[in-house]
Amino acid sequence: MMSSEKTPILKTTNLCKRFGGVLATDHVNLDVQAGQVHALIGPNGAGKTTLISQLSGLLKPDRGRIEFKSKNMTGKPAHKFSRAGLARSFQITSLFADMTLLQNVALAVQAQAGHSFRFWRDATSDRRLLDPAYEHLQTTGLVNSANKQVSEVSHGERRQLEIAMALATEPSLLLLDEPMAGMGPDESNMMVEILLKLSGKKTILLIEHDMDAVFALADCISVLVYGRIIATGSKQQIQSNPEVRAAYLGEEAR
Amino acid sequence: MSDPITPTKTSTRTRAPAFWINTLLLILLATIPPLLFITGQPFWLDVFTRLVILAIAATALNLILGYGGLVSFGHAAYLGLGAYAVGIPTYHALYGGMDAIASFNGFLHLGLAITISALFALITGAISLRTRGVNFIMITMAFGQMIFYAIVALENYGGDDGLTIDVRSEFPLISLDNPLTLYTVSYVSLLLVLFTVYRITRSRFGLALQGSRSNEERLRSLGVDCYRYQLVAFIISGALCGYAGFLLGNFTTFISPEMMDWTRSGELMFMVILGGAAFLVGPVFGAAVFILLEQLLREFTIHWHLPFGILLILSVLFFKGGLASAIDRIRVNARQRPDGSQQ
Repeated sequence: MMSSEKTPILKTTNLCKRFGGVLATDHVNLDVQAGQVHALIGPNGAGKTTLISQLSGLLKPDRGRIEFKSKNMTGKPAHKFSRAGLARSFQITSLFADMTLLQNVALAVQAQAGHSFRFWRDATSDRRLLDPAYEHLQTTGLVNSANKQVSEVSHGERRQLEIAMALATEPSLLLLDEPMAGMGPDESNMMVEILLKLSGKKTILLIEHDMDAVFALADCISVLVYGRIIATGSKQQIQSNPEVRAAYLGEEAR
Repeated sequence: MSDPITPTKTSTRTRAPAFWINTLLLILLATIPPLLFITGQPFWLDVFTRLVILAIAATALNLILGYGGLVSFGHAAYLGLGAYAVGIPTYHALYGGMDAIASFNGFLHLGLAITISALFALITGAISLRTRGVNFIMITMAFGQMIFYAIVALENYGGDDGLTIDVRSEFPLISLDNPLTLYTVSYVSLLLVLFTVYRITRSRFGLALQGSRSNEERLRSLGVDCYRYQLVAFIISGALCGYAGFLLGNFTTFISPEMMDWTRSGELMFMVILGGAAFLVGPVFGAAVFILLEQLLREFTIHWHLPFGILLILSVLFFKGGLASAIDRIRVNARQRPDGSQQ
């Protein structure tokens, strides 16, 4: 059961976003409780990425309100969201392609450490950047590839790097947009293991197609269909919800 | 996955070949020109002085072009501003007027050159950096041309005809009238500018700048306001280029708007790209090849532009990523031919 009366870390109220004639986000009320892995599922085109883009400040909602840690964040730019402690991984990997994995994470650590108006001291050997970076590479199982260029590593490792960079910003909420997208079964299992290690330590809002992964990880599941949340609840509640089965699980559930 | 058989060429490369070739270049620049001068070839010392000064300007441009990924097409304006910061106070010291700046004092000239360049970079950068890509190229070029026409319109200082600097900037102990001294000052300046850019690019500031080149969107989502870093880099680049202009004014002793024409900006850009953007010493290679090639071809024919152009096109096609990049890949080349697929 969910801890019902705590203040959620992320709360949206009647969030709306319209693209032309399509209401891509339709009065969404979403509460993410601290410490939980909250999964957001829904069929293709349900508006998951549109929603998560608003929750990370990359898209401005047309109506409604976003509160993060009880602060109104509606319409704030992306770097304000990031500063407030909300980290996002991208569905399409977005990395610093001409740098090594270590440099990627170190840059994320540096971004978290405050302004970078330091012009003289050598940052490429700064333990205050490299130590945490190594730690995050360790957590995400990448430590052996630390000195490889992004262009030299596999798709799965790039996805893991996304997580490492998100962790580097020491977020209170991790927004993961389809971390298993395009992965083979082995890579998927690896990712589930990494996320299992994080669950309990981090609050995670997980958007994912892979139902096995969602049921393995999520404390709470919300189902998004045509921009609307049609149900929120535990795995059992979602699996047995007839509306959900009709709209979505029908084709994919075991 | 991590396959131990595949060598990681970029990450395990030792700096050996590239490092020593770069050092050799700097040692040659320190020794050959003075030797040429002493052995009675003052003309070639002049060629090398110009080379070193333009190498400073190209290194300054490289900070934003190579490391920041921002293609500024207006950097000759800073050369001009720096040179006129010598010319105008000298003119007034000789012919009266503008008492506030009328002086032969080199420190005043230097201060003016850097301050005015930095200010111009602040104002034009603040506007230009709102755009990207082709728009950025065009708007920086437009600002450069603006200064060009502003100087043309200043009839007092010769306008189109230019201005002769009758007295060089005066410093205690040294005299820039001595060509060897001027060369030494320029060469030491180049080393200092290279060292400054080296430190900056390895600092947190430099890493943020390179991150914004690599993936600006991503860096912003990490909470970094890229605009401010790009603007500060633009100002540093402009100020350093203004310093090169100060040296150029003292070297040529004749300045005209022509030196800040957009084709001059193009030449600076060309030096950076030919030498290898994002390589510290790349622009020095670029300036060296550019100036020496130009000079050698002039000796053979008055129609030197044609072979010069053809050779430049070929060199860009042949050395993808610039000369410095080609040197950097020497170790890789031993195993496989470069196919240009890497950055």
